[in-house]
Amino acid sequence: MSELIPGQPGAPAAESRAGAPADGSGLMVRAEQVHKSFGSLEVLKGIDLEVRAGEVCCLLGPSGSGKSTFLRCINHLEKINAGSIRVDGDLIGYRERGGRLHEMREKEVAAQRRAIGMVFQRFNLFPHMTVLGNVVEAPVLLGREKKAAARERAAQLLERVGLGDKLGAYPGQLSGGQQQRVAIARALAMRPKLMLFDEPTSALDPELVGEVLDVMKDLARDGMTMIVVTHEIGFAREVGDTLVFMDGGVVVEAGDPREVIANPQHERTRAFLAKVL
Amino acid sequence: MESHDTSTVRARPEPLRAVPVRHPGRWVAVAVLAVLVAMFVHLLVTNAAFNWSFMADKMFRPPIIEGLLRGTVLMTVSAMLIGVTLGVVVAVMRLSDNPILRGVAWLYTWFFRAVPRLVLLAVFGNIGILWSRIEFGVPFDTQLGQLFGIDNLNLRLFGFSSRDILTGFMAGLLGLALSEAAYMAEIVRAGIQSVDEGQTEAAQALGMSRGQLLRRVVLPQAMRVIIPPTGNETIAMLKDTSLLLYVPVSVELFFQLDAVGKRTFQIFPMYVAACLWYLFLTSILLVGQYFLERHFGKGYGPAGRARLRLRGMAAETGGGGNSGTVGPA
Ligand SMILES: Nc1ncnc2c1ncn2[C@@H]1O[C@H](COP(=O)(O)OP(=O)(O)O)[C@@H](O)[C@H]1O
Ligand SMILES: [Mg+2]
Repeated sequence: MSELIPGQPGAPAAESRAGAPADGSGLMVRAEQVHKSFGSLEVLKGIDLEVRAGEVCCLLGPSGSGKSTFLRCINHLEKINAGSIRVDGDLIGYRERGGRLHEMREKEVAAQRRAIGMVFQRFNLFPHMTVLGNVVEAPVLLGREKKAAARERAAQLLERVGLGDKLGAYPGQLSGGQQQRVAIARALAMRPKLMLFDEPTSALDPELVGEVLDVMKDLARDGMTMIVVTHEIGFAREVGDTLVFMDGGVVVEAGDPREVIANPQHERTRAFLAKVL
Repeated sequence: MESHDTSTVRARPEPLRAVPVRHPGRWVAVAVLAVLVAMFVHLLVTNAAFNWSFMADKMFRPPIIEGLLRGTVLMTVSAMLIGVTLGVVVAVMRLSDNPILRGVAWLYTWFFRAVPRLVLLAVFGNIGILWSRIEFGVPFDTQLGQLFGIDNLNLRLFGFSSRDILTGFMAGLLGLALSEAAYMAEIVRAGIQSVDEGQTEAAQALGMSRGQLLRRVVLPQAMRVIIPPTGNETIAMLKDTSLLLYVPVSVELFFQLDAVGKRTFQIFPMYVAACLWYLFLTSILLVGQYFLERHFGKGYGPAGRARLRLRGMAAETGGGGNSGTVGPA
C-alpha cells in the first residue's frame, strides 16, 4: 500500500503505485455489459470498460450520454440492471455464492465504497465542518484511524493540495477551486485504490481550473488509478492513459488519448471534439 | 489624466417640494382606540367581579406554584424532550427504504395528528379501564397454554398495577409527548429533506452508513430548518399543558387555579390569574425563541456569520498565496 503523502520525490514509481490488484490480472476496474435504466429510460446500454491499476482513464461524451450514471454505478450509488462491475477483482454490490448472485447489505456496500474515492462536480463539502473536519470525518467515524493520527494525516493531505493554511476555514469561505481541492483531500483520506472524478472542474471559474487539474496530475504521477469524466481535452492528452468516448449510453470509441483526439475514427467523436476543442 | 465624470459636472437637482399625502383615517382610528382603551381600563378598575385583591392573594399560593413548576414547566420540558426524540425516530422511519417502517410511521403521524389533543388526553386519562395491571412477558400466554392443553399458563415476568404507573402525570405526559412526536416528525422530515442531496451522496461515497450520515452530516444541517418551528411547538406545548385538566392531572397550574375558583365561587378572578400566568410564561419563551431564530433562522444567522467572517480574515492574513501548488512535486 502506498502512502499518499508528500515528500517522496525520489521514491521509485513502483513503490508509489496505489494498490496492486489482488487477482493478478492487473485490472483495477472491469465493467462488462453494464445496463442501467431509470424507469423506461435506458441510460446505459451495455458498457464495457477495463482500467488497469495505475492508469488514468478519461471519459468524454456529450451531456446526457450517461457518464455520471456510469461513474455512480462503479461505487454502487446506482444499482445496475444487467452486467457486472468489478473493482480490484471484487464484484460491486453483489456476492457470488453457489452460482447465484446475492445482493449485499447496506453495511457491506458501504465497506466497498471506502476503497473508492469520488469527487463531484459541485464539491459537496460538508458546510458545517471546517476544512480539517471535512477530511478527518470519515476516517475517524469509520474507525480507520485514531483522531490524532487522522488529523495529522489530514493536515499533510491538505498541505499536499496546497491548502495547508486553510485548516480552520469553512467551505463557504473558500473559492471553488479551493473547495474542490479539499474534496480531493477528503476522498484521499480514506486511502482509496481508485478515484472517480465527475467533471471536477466544470463548476469552476476558468482561472481556477488549473489548480485542480494540477492536483489531479500530481495524483496520477503518484500512481493513483483514476477515472475522470472531463471536458478538459488538454488534461486527457497530457495525463490520460486511455480515452473513452461515450454517446447515447454506449462506448463509441476508446484508445490512446493522443490518437483519438488527433485522429477520431467515428463521426460522433469527431463532431464532439470539434465542439469542445 | 482622468476624464471628468459627467455627473460631478452637472448641477444637483432642486429638492422636490410636494405636499405629503394626509392620513385622516389614522387619526380617527387613534381616537376610536383611545376611547376603547379607556372603557377597558374603566371596566378593569370598577367591575367588582375582577376581585383583584382576592386574585393577587391566591395566585401565588404554594399549591399553585407547585402546579406551575411540575404540571406546566416540568411537563412542557419532558413532553418536548420525548416528543422531539421520538419525532426524529418517526421522521427517519418515514424516510426509510423499508416500506414497513414507512407505513408504521405514516400510520403513527396520521393517528396522532387526526385526534384532537384534548380528546387524546381524556382517553389516556382513562386508559386504566382497559387493564388493571400492566405486565410484561410472553404475549398470548393463556391462549397458547389452551392450545397445548395447559390451563391458566402464566408466562408473565413482572407487572405493575396500572394505577401505580399510569398516574395522572404519566398519562398526561404520554398523551402530550406522543402527540407532539407526530408533529415533530413532520418538522424533522421537512428539515431532512431541505438538505442538499449531494451531501448524502458525498457521505455515502466515503463509505458512511445511513445512520452515520444522518447523524453526522444531514441532521446537523437540518437543524437550521428544524429549530425555529420547534420553538413554536414548545410555546404551543406550554399552553396545551392546561388541557391536562381533562386527564386529570392535579399538580398543574390550570387545575389548581380552577379548583380554587370553584371552591371559593370566585371563578372569574382565577381564570384571569391563569391568563396572566400563561402570558408571563409564554413571554419568556418568546424572548428565548427570538434569540434562537436570530441564530438559526437564515444562513448561519448574523452571529454565526460574524464569527465565520472573523475566522476567514484570520485565515486570509495568516497565509499568503496558495494557488494550485502541489506538494514538492
Ligand atoms: N436519478 C435519475 N432518474 C431519472 N433519470 C436520470 C437520473 N439520473 C440521470 N438520469 C438521466 O440519465 C441520462 C444520463 O444522465 P447522466 O449520466 O447524468 O449523463 P452525463 O453525466 O453524461 O451528462 C439523462 O438523460 C438523465 O436525465
Ligand atoms: Mg454528468
